[in-house]
Amino acid sequence: MTDPVLEIRGISKSFGGLKASNNITLDLRPGEIHGLIGPNGAGKSTLIKQITGNLTPDSGSIYFNGQNVSHLSTAARARLGMGRTFQISSLAMDYTVLQNVVMGALGQRGNIFRFFNSVMKDAELIKVAEDALEQVGLEDCRTFRTSDLSHGQRRQLEVAVALTLRPKAFLMDEPMAGLGAEGSQRLIGFLDQLRHQAPIMLVEHDMDAVFALADRISVLVYGEIIATGSAEEIRSNALVRSAYLGEGDAA
Amino acid sequence: MKKETLLNAVLIALFVGVALAAWIMDEPYLITLATKAAIFAIAGVGLNFALGFGGLVSFGHAVFFGLGGYAMGILAFHAQTYTPILEWPFAINGTRSMPVIWCVAIVVSAVVAVGIGALSLRTNGVYFIMITLAFAQMFYYFAISWPTYGGEDGLSIYVRNEFPGLNTMDPIQYFAICFTLLLLVLFFVHRAAHSSFGLMLRAARQNEERVQAVGHTPFRLYLTAFVISGAITGLAGALFADLNRFVSPTLLSWHTSGEIMIFVILGGVGRVFGPVAGAALFILLEYVLGGLSEFWQIYLGAILLGVVLFARGGLYGLIAGREVAHD
Repeated sequence: MTDPVLEIRGISKSFGGLKASNNITLDLRPGEIHGLIGPNGAGKSTLIKQITGNLTPDSGSIYFNGQNVSHLSTAARARLGMGRTFQISSLAMDYTVLQNVVMGALGQRGNIFRFFNSVMKDAELIKVAEDALEQVGLEDCRTFRTSDLSHGQRRQLEVAVALTLRPKAFLMDEPMAGLGAEGSQRLIGFLDQLRHQAPIMLVEHDMDAVFALADRISVLVYGEIIATGSAEEIRSNALVRSAYLGEGDAA
Repeated sequence: MKKETLLNAVLIALFVGVALAAWIMDEPYLITLATKAAIFAIAGVGLNFALGFGGLVSFGHAVFFGLGGYAMGILAFHAQTYTPILEWPFAINGTRSMPVIWCVAIVVSAVVAVGIGALSLRTNGVYFIMITLAFAQMFYYFAISWPTYGGEDGLSIYVRNEFPGLNTMDPIQYFAICFTLLLLVLFFVHRAAHSSFGLMLRAARQNEERVQAVGHTPFRLYLTAFVISGAITGLAGALFADLNRFVSPTLLSWHTSGEIMIFVILGGVGRVFGPVAGAALFILLEYVLGGLSEFWQIYLGAILLGVVLFARGGLYGLIAGREVAHD
């Protein structure tokens, strides 16, 4: 079996008395979509933040492409190839759509301490940026001000920026949130292809999407992974049913 | 974008027009006013680099203005008294050469900006404002209590420093020097604002999380911006000192920081030419209202209040509209 791209080894994080992450071990393998589900407050976002470096775990370590990244900053991890999309769209709102994507392309290039180049005239960057916009279907919005985009378009833009980073793994925090049925369907189709470019850790509330897409699913409840397995295994897992799916609406 | 370009051109024409008209009518005082506006504009453009592009509300830019001023004052003082600044371990003499003085002013300001920035940028928001103010006050009181260079009384320089090939005592020639430097600074800032550094810096102001997610550290961007900002303001300080042939701790006082900030806010925060408009308007108000009343700053206060309440984008926002996101 090929080595996992991302390995989380025994991570724990507490906020006061609350154990937001309790000895979590997870991995993300090449070519897969790994779904991460769990009820509200289960600690999904806390986990993502520890992976990206916004939060430091109390114990445990994170390996990315075989390298221990536990002590690296968010920016350094991004440079290594963690392509992240945010739960709440986090973009430069006063910029055009194209400018936001060019920022991603710049991030990939590395050295930005250049003061005399006209960045929006850099054909190479623009090409990378426009390719990414085309992939997510935003090519007609390139000159729009980002704050004028609809909620769904902002989500697409987040994905486009992540694409320009040419990441080794995607970390997506609820990319479907607020997209509507049609938008979700499009994104599902897109992510289905994207997994061949780089594996995806997908945190999502939309159960249909997760069960349709994920090769493996992990279920997080009260900061603990209670099960990891294929969609079938998760559906039939008694623990999961009682802790999560069984309570009211089924998946 | 077009309206803004037009406004830039009008502004430049205004400076040149006023100075030339005053020269033809033999009104040296008006030329001096235009020179003062150009120098203030440089200081404002400097502050705007940190405040407008990086969102760093520095209330301590008087430090750099004053350091530039004292760089000129100290170098010229030693040149006019024929005493070395330093004898040991190696001799440093004063100079009366403007280009050398400018370089010293820029380098000293930049070095101090690295120190102040590295410490201040660990905070943000109101704490950043306060810590930059605190640094400025430190320098202010240091200058007051250092008798070697005049202490509270400041330093008078008898003759304006020299620039190769020009007679700097001629007002229109000194205006030409200052105005050319303003244009050079504007050119640099314009390029920098549209460079990859500028794109990231202005993005960091809007959303630090986003900048990190694409692999960059906001702190490094801010520090670089703060240093460039300080260096430009330092240059303005040296020019201002040469204009008056006088330096005093007033240059370092928090009033100076406030005035530089007023140029930026009046003109338009984050617009390359904004502070030029702000400085010009400030000098104009001082001239017109100052003739009416000694307490002209009351009116300035009212205007500033109006701008902050009703025209957030300053003069540029009012005339040229919201900044167009450019391609």
